Amino acid sequence: MDLEGQGRIRQVVEQSGTEDVIAVLGANSATAVEMTALTLKSGDPSYAGPLAGIALGIPSYHILESEIVAQIDPALYDRELALSALAMEVDEVIAPMKSLREGGA
Amino acid sequence: MKLDGKRVLVIGERDGVNAPAIEACVKSAGASILYAETLCFV
Repeated sequence: MDLEGQGRIRQVVEQSGTEDVIAVLGANSATAVEMTALTLKSGDPSYAGPLAGIALGIPSYHILESEIVAQIDPALYDRELALSALAMEVDEVIAPMKSLREGGA
Repeated sequence: MKLDGKRVLVIGERDGVNAPAIEACVKSAGASILYAETLCFV
């Protein structure tokens, strides 16, 4: 996540709190997913951005995780997500965020 | 985890799933959008 994005998220969270807040990601690589999920949970791991040292504790999910897909209107899934799901190694991409939610880092 | 009632930070990606697509999907499940952005890794 770039520094400007971190700043905007920090601002939003400062205004509205973190109760009932989750992040839903759409990245197509495990590395990008892991960095974003880690930043939102424990703070910017590079210590460069506005979220450095700020543990928001926000859990991250991927839009293509089965737990999320099951709650989406099937017609909308077909229109918006089906193609991306075909082009992505979904299990590989979501693996790091699952381990982060289950207690890692 | 139920999306219904959740407030969502949408972080899409240009080469994966973009933010507007994620927004439409999570809204259909009853969540509200707190923030939305599409990242671009080059």
